[in-house]
Amino acid sequence: MEDAWIKFGQTVICGILLGGMYSLIAIGMTLIMGVMKIINLAHGALVMVGMYVTYICSTNYGIDPYIGMFIAMPVLFLLGCLIQKYMINRLVEVDSILPENQVLLTVGIMLVLTEGIRLFFKSDYRSVVTSYSSNTVFLGDMSISVPLVIGFIIAMTFTFLLHMFLTKTDLGKSIRATSQDRDAAVFMGVNSSKITMITFGLGAALAAAGGSLLLPLFYLFPDVGHLFTAKSFIITILGGLGSTWGAAIGGLVIGLSESLGATYISMGYKDVVGLVMFILVLLFLPGGIRSLVKR
Amino acid sequence: MLNKKNMLMTIVFALIALVLPLVINAPYQQHILILVLIWATIGTAWNLLSGYAGQVSFGHAAFFGVGAYSAGILTLHYSLSPWWGLILGPVMSMLIALPIGAIAFRLRGPYFALATLALGEIFRLVFLNMTEFTNGAKGILIMPSITSKIIYYYAGLGMLAVTLLVTYLIVHSKIGYYLVSIREDQDAATSLGIPTTLYKNLALLPSAFFTGLAGAFYMNYVAFIDPNIVFNLTNISIMVILVVMLGGVATTWGPTIGAALYIIMGELFRTTLGSANVLVFGVLVCLIIMFLPNGIAGELDIIKRIAQRKKAGLSGGV
Repeated sequence: MEDAWIKFGQTVICGILLGGMYSLIAIGMTLIMGVMKIINLAHGALVMVGMYVTYICSTNYGIDPYIGMFIAMPVLFLLGCLIQKYMINRLVEVDSILPENQVLLTVGIMLVLTEGIRLFFKSDYRSVVTSYSSNTVFLGDMSISVPLVIGFIIAMTFTFLLHMFLTKTDLGKSIRATSQDRDAAVFMGVNSSKITMITFGLGAALAAAGGSLLLPLFYLFPDVGHLFTAKSFIITILGGLGSTWGAAIGGLVIGLSESLGATYISMGYKDVVGLVMFILVLLFLPGGIRSLVKR
Repeated sequence: MLNKKNMLMTIVFALIALVLPLVINAPYQQHILILVLIWATIGTAWNLLSGYAGQVSFGHAAFFGVGAYSAGILTLHYSLSPWWGLILGPVMSMLIALPIGAIAFRLRGPYFALATLALGEIFRLVFLNMTEFTNGAKGILIMPSITSKIIYYYAGLGMLAVTLLVTYLIVHSKIGYYLVSIREDQDAATSLGIPTTLYKNLALLPSAFFTGLAGAFYMNYVAFIDPNIVFNLTNISIMVILVVMLGGVATTWGPTIGAALYIIMGELFRTTLGSANVLVFGVLVCLIIMFLPNGIAGELDIIKRIAQRKKAGLSGGV
């Protein structure tokens, strides 16, 4: 009985810690979705590129992944801005049969990023080894890995800082205004195309941050991005579109359900749990967690 | 007049397709042609649901994979010829299309796309984990009874021809016009009394049928499948979208053109650029979406129209 409780507690805590890092990635996606009204299927690829930047910093220059992320974030911010300005933004004026062509373009971008990275780094599985990656802390009888704890703390700090940025600064308020009603924001003097570009960059930077935090925990290979795309759109829908706090909570829910699924159902089916939850939320709770809170 | 011209073009294409394997008799080139036929079939099937009816599916790998596994499991568990899969595969695909439609058609636009994506992934994970029934990640290997590439070529050509014909007939019937009206404005279509969910299903079922047929054919031809090949999100579900985007959405020949370009370019670049071949394809897709958003065949009509207008203008002037 005692052991069962320890197992349960450990599962829950690991799930929540992992979920915090997923949240950070998903918040990036939700910001982009809020302002641009599109699902960015290249998001996981941006996470992956961010991970590779941190990886290079770590292996070539000996920079710790948690410091390397501060190099990866500006790099990805720039990349995100460029992608938005010169590729996705162009499609606003283009007339096409399928209305989803911006989403399809993000798929093309995903392919280019993934294959571009594969060209330079091959498909090898890589990982970053730090002095503390296999360390654990003990909480009672439960052992929890150190990178999980550090990652969670940093992710929550970023979420808090982002919340302050969005609610207290002019730029942040402009982003929220654009996502609520673009036309009204333009009438109030917001430069919506600049805001859209910055938001995409910010989303990409958050993706890089989340990726860097997960780097000590995951193997790194070009296709790892698909995993994060799937997770972050599940979280985004779960949390309610465009809602930052919804995405944060959604991330915790997904982390928790995956962790419980892996422990109590089976490792192979743990991803099915998230996907089934996703479809149920789409069907029965289309507003996500946010709509529950507002009700 | 235009119809006669189209007919003539179709006959010319059909003749070229019939003679092609006799001219090109190296097995490698024939292999490429067969892959083109398989991809053109999947693309045409996807195009019916997503191009004409506007329901962009990110989960067609589910139908392809179920078609392929139907053929494989017949051989694995019941020692029947995998060719029976060509009958069972499409039927199974249609059967799974019913619940998929029931779930996903409750949603619209990008949410429909995401729901199909999730459903496709669920199928992959389930087939990967039902190890006793599907052999899991080990996959299914069969001994093909026919090794002559020419037979596969003509079978594949027949499959594509039937798919193209059925799609053409559906699109040019009342159903087709209803589907386009759903794509252009679902609310307006509903208000005019079109039962939109029923007609979306009428697009989904043939689409699933022919994708499943292509899957069963793939199993027979390639003789090895595993869930990560036939249920692959990037290499099947997303690739078919990009192939059709490249060739031309909502056009009869677009998917075939896209498939030919995708496979032939892939093979050309594989020899010269190594692993960069998918990269080049990705760049090309981005450029096509940005500058020719309706694909090669889709923009061809516009180019033709401009040329005709110029001609008309000239003759009017004279």
